[in-house]
Amino acid sequence: MKRIVIEPLTRVEGHGKVTLLQGKNRNIRQARLHITEFRGFEKFIQGRPYWEAPVLVQRLCGICPVSHHLAAAKATDMIVGATQLTPTAEKIRRLMHYGQTLQSHALHFFHLCSPDLLFGFDDNVHHRNIVGVIEDSPEIAKQGVLLRKYGQEIIRLTAGKRIHGTGAIPGGVNKSMSIDEIRYLQDDIAQMIGWAQGALDLMKTVFREQYDYNMAFASIETSMMSQVRADGAFELYHGGLRARNHLGETIFDHVDYVNYNDYIHESVKDWSYMKFPFITSLGEENGWYRVGPLARINNCDFISTPLAEAERKEFMAIGDGLPIQSTMAYHWTRLIELLHCTEAIAELLCDSDIVGKDLRTKGELQSYGTGVIEAPRGTLFHHYEVDDEGIITKASLIVSTTNNNQAMNESIRKVANQYLDGRRLSEVLLNQVEVAIRAYDPCLSCATHAIGKMPMELNLVDEHGELIDRLEKKVNGLINRTL
Amino acid sequence: MPPNTILLKNPLLMVALMSNVQAVESPAKDKLIVATAALCGCFGCHMSLLDIDERILQLVDLVEFDRTPLTDIKTIGKCDIGLIEGGVANVDNVEVLREFRNNCDVLVAVGACAVNGGVPTLRNQFDLKECLEEAYIHGIGVENPHIPNDVEIPLLLDKVHPIHEVVRVDYFLPGCPPGADTIWLFLTEVIAGNAVNFPYSLIHYD
Repeated sequence: MKRIVIEPLTRVEGHGKVTLLQGKNRNIRQARLHITEFRGFEKFIQGRPYWEAPVLVQRLCGICPVSHHLAAAKATDMIVGATQLTPTAEKIRRLMHYGQTLQSHALHFFHLCSPDLLFGFDDNVHHRNIVGVIEDSPEIAKQGVLLRKYGQEIIRLTAGKRIHGTGAIPGGVNKSMSIDEIRYLQDDIAQMIGWAQGALDLMKTVFREQYDYNMAFASIETSMMSQVRADGAFELYHGGLRARNHLGETIFDHVDYVNYNDYIHESVKDWSYMKFPFITSLGEENGWYRVGPLARINNCDFISTPLAEAERKEFMAIGDGLPIQSTMAYHWTRLIELLHCTEAIAELLCDSDIVGKDLRTKGELQSYGTGVIEAPRGTLFHHYEVDDEGIITKASLIVSTTNNNQAMNESIRKVANQYLDGRRLSEVLLNQVEVAIRAYDPCLSCATHAIGKMPMELNLVDEHGELIDRLEKKVNGLINRTL
Repeated sequence: MPPNTILLKNPLLMVALMSNVQAVESPAKDKLIVATAALCGCFGCHMSLLDIDERILQLVDLVEFDRTPLTDIKTIGKCDIGLIEGGVANVDNVEVLREFRNNCDVLVAVGACAVNGGVPTLRNQFDLKECLEEAYIHGIGVENPHIPNDVEIPLLLDKVHPIHEVVRVDYFLPGCPPGADTIWLFLTEVIAGNAVNFPYSLIHYD
């Protein structure tokens, strides 16, 4: 068999490989983003005690470990019978989560996306990256680095260390904040709100400059799912599940996430290690949906903080009463969330509960626990079953990016149909496919419970199943045809 | 001398050696070229590298990045230093790792997974088939249950391996992940051509 050329998909957290299948009339009938890594967490977590889950399972992902840490902690809250956390515990966890979402969104915008926004897709490959931003726009680069640092510092102070911390424990947290720590964070929060607003303004300008393109590019009509608070407010840490179709009509609302298996199932396909979740009432064919910033902003009734709420209204106005389906609007909504996180952090830093000493509650040991959280990339499900000794016997994880699996394929298909010229792949198409995927900010490694640089190559297969073209991008930025 | 693989079996000895790693000979050019890759890891080591925060502005004056997840450069050229995160779990990991070894003067195992396989090696106690069946056949809410099998997805290895079992490794930076200060000290000392001496605070964990 022919050696497969390694073609990493860059500047997404993870990696992928894309095959385009042509049908009759040379239409692309299917796009396949292959997720090629597998780790087996569901199996090897079995036999471990439940209290290891929050520290062990976060090793799925070093980019948003706090999301896994907290989803697992929420599941183990249920297992230890802690039905209601103390105010201190819940607020410390929220602070940790806002810090996490702040650093993850800042990383995506400044480190991974700003090169495209500032330099365009035609820029030299050796320049179109964070180093180029540092050289050409040092002020923007500095803001990005320091915003991410601020989020990481919140994580360090609430979880013990920046990556793979230990702050959340079954039934609560293991520390609260000291006055000195709060002062340290308060010193810079006004600056962070300002920079978040600045990044959002930059994004809006760029979006509006090519408004029609950005509204149409890789745009697909889908249902969307997220958690919302009981009063319909935007919510990242804890809420009920809400799903709406492409017209904004309710599919389900305020669903207790413990029952998620009644609403969401996952299908397996031969060509990817990432499963394909769908809303069971709509069936596998039509039940796929999107999650993440775009879904959350579309689905919520309002945002509790004033600056982000004003931005939400401005954003929703472009939809004329319908959900906004533009895939590039993920970038816009991600930065509304970034702004919200800075505001929410500022509020929590003034809340006396975060210095409280009542850290933990517990009750009777239960046989299972489910924890669901809105991670930076979307709804994240953890479910564990335990025996009488508290040893895990079963685990199920639906990771944020997995929810967007079919949507990413459909966005790629849309782009391919638009930019594919007959039977030959082009550099433009290769770039556009990457831009479409990057909009979802996929954490592909995380989604397969594996991370790292996975090979990507762009293959074109005709209606007879013959591979008719393949592209590879070389170190000098030139596209090579390798077939 | 770089620590060899046998010494790895004695963690104390390894740390002792790490704290006295030898410097790389400075090549006759302005900047050292650095490439990074994540194999079967969690990307946390790359995030820890970014945790050097504003020092990254200094770092780009000192080094030039070749292939990393942060650039659009997709294949590796000749490099001075290669940083590898993650262990080896499939045939693609093997290929990328060998490519790095062939192109990098100095290859560094960064973090627990590269050094000893880390959390992903927990699957080594089971058959690979059992792990796949749990995810794709016996999982909760799984429909169309079967194990993915397609020419487009690479062959998994039956066990996960640390990288030194596949290629020669020059330096080991343990930790899950190694802290940003540890990575910074290592890089700056090596770049400056100095021997590296880690204070205890940089090589103790959790």
